[in-house]
Amino acid sequence: MRVYFRSGATREASWRKQQLKGLLAFLKENEGDIMKALKQDLGKHYAEAYRDEVGTLIKSLNFALQSLKRWMSPKKAELPLMALLSTAEVMPEPLGLILVFSSWNFPIGLSLEPLIGALAAGNTVVLKPSDLSPACSSLLANTLRSYLDNRAVKVIQGGAAVGEKLLQERWDKIFFTGSTQVGRIVMSAAAKHLTPVILELGGKCPAVLDSLSWNWDREASIKRILVGKFGTCAGQACITIDYVLVEKESLSTVVEMMKEITGKMFGENPRESNSIARIVNKSHFLRLKNLVDDPAVKASIVHGGKMDEDNLFIEPTILVDPPLESEIMTEEIFGPLLPIISLEKIEESMEFIKSRPKPLAIYVFTRSKTLERRILSETSSGSVTFNDAIVQYAADTIPFGGVGKSGIGRYHGNYSFEAFSHEKAVVRRSFFTDFWFRYPPWNDHKLQLFKTAYNFDYLGMLLVILGLKRIKASHMV
Amino acid sequence: METTGEEVEASLVEARQTFKSGHTRSVVWRKKQLEALIQLIHDNEDKIFEALYDDLGKHQAEAYRDEVGVVLKAANYALSNLQKWMAPKRSSIPLLFFPAKGELQPEPLGVVLIFSSWNFPISLTLDPLIGAISAGNTVAVKPSEQAPACSSFLAKYIPLYMDCKAIKVMQGGPQVSENLLQHKWDKIFFTGSPRVGQIVMSAAAKHLTPVTLELGGKCPTILDSLSNPSDMKVAVKRIVGGKWGPCSGQACIGVDYLLVEEKMAPTVIELLKKTIKRFYGQVPIESKSLARIVNKHHFERLCNLLRDPRVANTIIHGGSVDEDNLFMEPTILLDPPVDAEIMSEEIFGPLLPIITLKKIEESVEFIKSRPKPLTIYAFTKDESLKRRIVSETSSGSVVFNDVMIQFLCDTLPFGGVDQSGFGRYHGKYSFDSFSHEKAIMQGSFFPEIEPRYPPWNHFKMKFIRLAYALDYFGLLLHLLGLKR
Repeated sequence: MRVYFRSGATREASWRKQQLKGLLAFLKENEGDIMKALKQDLGKHYAEAYRDEVGTLIKSLNFALQSLKRWMSPKKAELPLMALLSTAEVMPEPLGLILVFSSWNFPIGLSLEPLIGALAAGNTVVLKPSDLSPACSSLLANTLRSYLDNRAVKVIQGGAAVGEKLLQERWDKIFFTGSTQVGRIVMSAAAKHLTPVILELGGKCPAVLDSLSWNWDREASIKRILVGKFGTCAGQACITIDYVLVEKESLSTVVEMMKEITGKMFGENPRESNSIARIVNKSHFLRLKNLVDDPAVKASIVHGGKMDEDNLFIEPTILVDPPLESEIMTEEIFGPLLPIISLEKIEESMEFIKSRPKPLAIYVFTRSKTLERRILSETSSGSVTFNDAIVQYAADTIPFGGVGKSGIGRYHGNYSFEAFSHEKAVVRRSFFTDFWFRYPPWNDHKLQLFKTAYNFDYLGMLLVILGLKRIKASHMV
Repeated sequence: METTGEEVEASLVEARQTFKSGHTRSVVWRKKQLEALIQLIHDNEDKIFEALYDDLGKHQAEAYRDEVGVVLKAANYALSNLQKWMAPKRSSIPLLFFPAKGELQPEPLGVVLIFSSWNFPISLTLDPLIGAISAGNTVAVKPSEQAPACSSFLAKYIPLYMDCKAIKVMQGGPQVSENLLQHKWDKIFFTGSPRVGQIVMSAAAKHLTPVTLELGGKCPTILDSLSNPSDMKVAVKRIVGGKWGPCSGQACIGVDYLLVEEKMAPTVIELLKKTIKRFYGQVPIESKSLARIVNKHHFERLCNLLRDPRVANTIIHGGSVDEDNLFMEPTILLDPPVDAEIMSEEIFGPLLPIITLKKIEESVEFIKSRPKPLTIYAFTKDESLKRRIVSETSSGSVVFNDVMIQFLCDTLPFGGVDQSGFGRYHGKYSFDSFSHEKAIMQGSFFPEIEPRYPPWNHFKMKFIRLAYALDYFGLLLHLLGLKR
């Protein structure tokens, strides 16, 4: 693949456009199979699968196709007058060979979204989808090849052993979406070859639900929280709402509303409803079951709680004030369990969030400008979304990435192109202007000229040259 | 002199507390630190020159040009632009999310660690420090112990001028570095060799700490035949200035080796010898304009490069060394074997190999088959050669018809690619390097779009399709229940 990259074929704009169009065709012509695979791996409803995976990819591809020319063009860099008759620009170029690891919860979306960036930037790519979503992994491995240049894009299937082997090779960049724990392994392996990485990890994304005086606001907020939790791969998403913070005063209203709306969205018998995804496998199912086995946690369940191991189904479950030291409040939940933590005053949410690792996203539902300002200036997270949830994923114009334990680097839209490019500085100088004081042998006069030059003190320079000015004298060696 | 384990621990705790207090986020604090740094330099310029002379034998002019001046310029640039950099940037949000608004807000990362190299011990410590402070972080810097006078100077004077609760200077060698690397930082900025860069990144991986690595490489210089003899003279002057001028060749962006066409070689060599004599005199060891080799270890390393008999045979100028004074005179070699160490390792010293090619276009292949360097220099007026160099090779940067000056431009990113490093700084890139750009989406409670929520049905499915296709008219019709 390196040989193919060296040939320069992937650098042509026409080649890149062809690949992107190929991906569009893949999505349009295989929508049915993609939906089937997602249903098989995760029990996702058609609408959810389209909304979170196919739809976002189509949008990103159209955006990339439209913007490609602009992204590829060099950008002029301004130079000071001192640089006389020189020009400089910053020119993007592909890095070379990219390795993309994707996660099992959005197996199509998280595989192809980085691929869009890597191909738009002119690289060759190896993609390793997660083996925990085998139907999607096979689909990608078997079908993508008819739509893309096989000399430049390869899909490799497998589990941890395959991942390890891939990590031993040398790559020009590694893009990883997954858990913090595996992120460390990826970065350590990358360090051996000094390979830069992008790590899209997770964390516990909090939602701060302020007391809202209007019912309209309250309802909209809760609907958005619930669909962001239970309606997004059953809570198995890095940007899902992990837990909610509310004021004690509003607690009962909020819980009542949540129960009511959950019922409306997912039906009285959620298992019959086809609107909620399944847990990906037994191991994660047991992990989630374990979170509520703790008696103190079980006691805090106010809605739901039913689990069906055979069908890997957990119904939307709401908990109120489980103990903060319990695992459900210290580990990323990644499932349809929603703890609500009550505080005396909503402002305490600041301290609550600050004392925990920086999350990928913070959600705040409020009409208070003061609260908004405080959250923005006192907390740190990959992103902050006010009065909505999850939608930031679909906006091509803002970067998507974490900070601290939630990750390194970012992508989406223009940022995807940048993530897989090297921005090369190119300077063109003239022979004509040659300042004699640039060259040894050194003397005080030349030192004086350096001082004026660095200060862009053109008049000063002239005066020094004419012998009419002297900068602070220094002791000559 | 060496910072102990307890001191590291205590410093880190204090730096973290200071950061948590929010004190370093104010524009007032940041400006004050930058102004203090400028004052530190103005008040102690002589001492800085002395320290650089002690450690590396640098002449004041070189010390000003490559270190003092660079830092002053960077600090002033940061001061003038700070408020602009700190301001949030509006970002457009697709119409689909109307009336949502988007914004990008830079925020400091927290407590950052900066390792600097010994060849430009003042500027490679203070330039990244300027970036880290501008971005509102608290900082620990560890200058290289191989430039002890400069390291002591920084350890003594930084606390006298700057906020010592927020900016810490650590002193010592590999053990202190190891100790520092065991702790958790919010970012690590490293300038040095690829070997140590690997150690830094591996340590950073344990805490998922982002890193910027400014490494090295062999920066090739292509010298094409220039028809105008005065252009040729200027080119050679710049090459000589770019090889022996910065720290006697001990610079990451210094000219490592020269590529010329066979038939040009004699002319080029003559010009080189003439220029060297002009710059450094008949007896270079007496010239005050040449830096020294930093220490015995590197001196030995360089002598070793010449010990290979196949290499020693190719010396056509210079070659004499003075161990007591750690001095090596400007040395030129003609076509040493390309598999010798002098052509496979970064030289980092005053030895200039000239590699001759049949045609100058072969230089592109020569460079491509080697690791990506920090910079490629090319002296040519041939537009198609320039185009080929830019599009077929990859490097941190490319400079046509000059050397080193990309380092001085605040508007150009300074960093490597592949083995020469990743990440970049200078100017706003420094600020960005030590910031996290937080994405902010300002959503609205109104309108409320029912098709966003389960239970799913055909109507909602159609809505979602139309939405992603950005088919707003179709969406409207759909909502109104009109078929298309």
